[in-house]
Formats: sequence, C-alpha cells, structure tokens
Amino acid sequence: MKIAIIKYNSGNVQSVLYALERLEVEAELTDDPEKIHAADKVIFPGQGEASTAMSYLKARKLDQLIKELKQPFLGVCLGLQLLCEHSEENDTECLGVFPVKVKRFIPENSQEFKVPHVGWNELENLAQNPLLTDLPANPFVYYVHSFYAELSEFTIATTHYIHDFTAILHRDNFWAIQAHPEKSSVVGEKLLANFLRI
Amino acid sequence: MLTKRIIPCLDIKDGRTVKGVNFVQLRDAGDPVELAKIYSDEGADELVFLDITATVDKRKTLAELVTKVAKAINIPFTVGGGISTVEDVKFLLNAGADKISINSAAVHNPKIVDEMAAEFGSQCIVVAIDTRNVDGLDFVHTHGGRKATLLRTQAWAKEVANRGAGEILLTSMDHDGTKAGFANEILAEISSALSIPVIASGGAGTMAHFKDVFTFGKADAALAASIFHFKEIPIPELKEYLIREDISIRK
Repeated sequence: MKIAIIKYNSGNVQSVLYALERLEVEAELTDDPEKIHAADKVIFPGQGEASTAMSYLKARKLDQLIKELKQPFLGVCLGLQLLCEHSEENDTECLGVFPVKVKRFIPENSQEFKVPHVGWNELENLAQNPLLTDLPANPFVYYVHSFYAELSEFTIATTHYIHDFTAILHRDNFWAIQAHPEKSSVVGEKLLANFLRI
Repeated sequence: MLTKRIIPCLDIKDGRTVKGVNFVQLRDAGDPVELAKIYSDEGADELVFLDITATVDKRKTLAELVTKVAKAINIPFTVGGGISTVEDVKFLLNAGADKISINSAAVHNPKIVDEMAAEFGSQCIVVAIDTRNVDGLDFVHTHGGRKATLLRTQAWAKEVANRGAGEILLTSMDHDGTKAGFANEILAEISSALSIPVIASGGAGTMAHFKDVFTFGKADAALAASIFHFKEIPIPELKEYLIREDISIRK
C-alpha cells in the first residue's frame, strides 16, 4: 500500500510519519502531483495558519489536485479546516470539499474556557462509519486548536468545548479529523488503522 | 469534556534520565525512551523532558533523543532546557518534539517569544516561569530559581501570553521539592487572569494536592517528577482518585 503525506509549509508532519511507522506502514512525504495521484491513500496533516497554508497550496496548484483526488483522503487538524469552505482565520477561502464554515472559539467566560482548546477531550455522537469502527464509547483524543468546523450533515463525530463542534467529517472519499490521531494514544492509532483499512 | 492533564517530567543529562527512578519493570533506569513509554502506557497525558546538560554537543544528543521518543510514544511531549534561539526550536521540532519550553531566554530577550510564536505557532511554545515569593511579592527567578529578577510574576505571565506563548508552565520555587502541595494561590491568580492554559509545577506530594491544584489552583495541567519516578503516586491510581473526586480526567 502506498501512502502519500502531502508536503507543504505545515508544522509537525514528522509525527504523522512516525505514527504510521508504528503501524508498520511506510509513507512518503511529497508534493509531487504524480506521486500523490498514484498513492492508495493520502494524508493531509497540518498545523499552522490557514491563509499561509492556502497560498502555499495554490502557488503549487495542490489546491486543485486535492479536490480531484478519488482515493481515501484524511485531513488532520488544520488539514480538516482547509478542506472546509471558509475559515475565519484571516478570512480565508479554503478548498470547499466540505460546505462547512470554520469559526473561532469565543469563550463566554475566559476563566472557564481557555483558547486554544488544548488537551484531551471526548469524541461523542459517533456515526456508523468505517473510520470509527471498534472504538470505545466516548474515546479521548488530543486537541490543540483555536478554530473549529461548525456542525453539518457531514459531521460523523462531535466534541464539546464551550459548545458542540465537528470532531470528524466525512464526504465521499474525504475524511477529516480536528484532533491529532498521531498523538492520541491507542484511540488515535485505531483511527489511523481504520483509515488505512478503508 | 476537556480533561485536566497529568504530566510527568523527566530530567535529562547527556541523553539519559538523571533523577533516580524506581520502576521494577525498567531494564535500564537511565533510558528516557523506556521510561517515557511506561508513563505513556500508564495513562500520562503528556510528557516533559528537561535537558540539564551543559556541554556544547548537547543539541545533537538531545535531538537524537527527541527523535527516539517521538518514534516510540504516541502522546504529546515538550522539550525544554537551554533553548534560546529560533534555530534551537526548529531543530527540536524537526527532530519530533511537539512543543518546546523556554525560560531564561525569554527573560533575557522577551521578543524571542513573539518570534518563536510567529514562526512555529503559539501551540508549540510553552513559556516556563520560575517564581519565588520575596517579602509577600512574587518575582520571576532564573537559573533554576537561584537568581532573582525584577520582573513581577503576574505581570510577566501576562506579557508572555500577549507575546504569543501557547501555555505557561509555572514552577513555584518555594514549593518545589517540599511535597507540601502546589502554590495554589498564585496559580489561581495567574490562571484566572490569562486566556491560555497554565501547567502547575512544584510541590506535589499527595493525591489530594492534585485535586487542590485543579480546583483551588485553577490549573489546566499538573506536572511532577519524583513522586512519579519513585512510584510514591502511581499515575493510574492518581487518575482513579481524581475521577472519584469529580475532576475531569482522561480514563
């Protein structure tokens, strides 16, 4: 199985590679359109700022490429946000794979709710989906983010912080997760393993 | 619900864990990777590695260790100790660290916090603050708490948060090593005043101290070293206790 991890100006891609290594899967970090097209599965990790990431993808025409892919595709963290329609982070037009808006957390009480949302929180309202098979009830995953995707018909799991937000999205061959499965212990490993089996 | 984090801290010298540890299942008590893996399996929510090496070759040794840890464990970890430049941060993040922590470097050159946050994002920049109470006022200290500065702790915490720190690791030098409980008063004061998470450090001695720091101290996470290393408080037991006490904790 050939796994391509999309290389762009995003932080901490290395940890996704290591997580796949632990699952005994080899992946290649690449921005070569041919290699990405030829891969069996594509992972779009991410950490950083939306507008800088989008400009980088556009400059290399990776934005068009991503939308046209037909193989199972997994966006992670900023990767999820970039797959949405628009992000409030520097008013950025994103890829639009999911017709969903990305908003900033606004705590009604800053003593109780810090932004960014950092730490372990639960996945709730899990749909029947191949990505979510054999998970424990309300499993914990690790989050670090200030922006979130609003709830939509493509939401297949939610998390509660200040209010419910989209934890995982699915549409056709595209899946996307806001948390970091590569840092989410056994639950994260299970999510990645499930994706590799899709 | 977002949970409170339990964070063991490992002191590293020349790529080895220094403070003694007491784990029967450890084959090599000085191997940070093996210890990290045990903590991760036991349910630690994150790990902190504090490098106390003083040699010039330290960066390379540390980066090698960071890569080994990143390959072995699947929870987030922070690396700190002697980090002072954007280059240092890049080196360690590329090696596989999730976050880095800076301390004295920020005091000497506060702008470095802005630069690091702009370059790598706030989410991976932890500013560690060592504080000591002097005649009723809290002052930032450097050099492992030995050297006083004129910075007031509360004001400094606010400043680094404004400059882009993603989290604050607050160590009370008055409480560190006493096992008499965390510095809940100043922790609560700082945590309430800031919109970023605060990690409490210094003073953990009993399981009740953790409950106190998460309630009275309003801390988002609690860090400790020796009580975990010597198994005075096993992490699974601590987490069960905190859950019984209605603290939000990852099972």
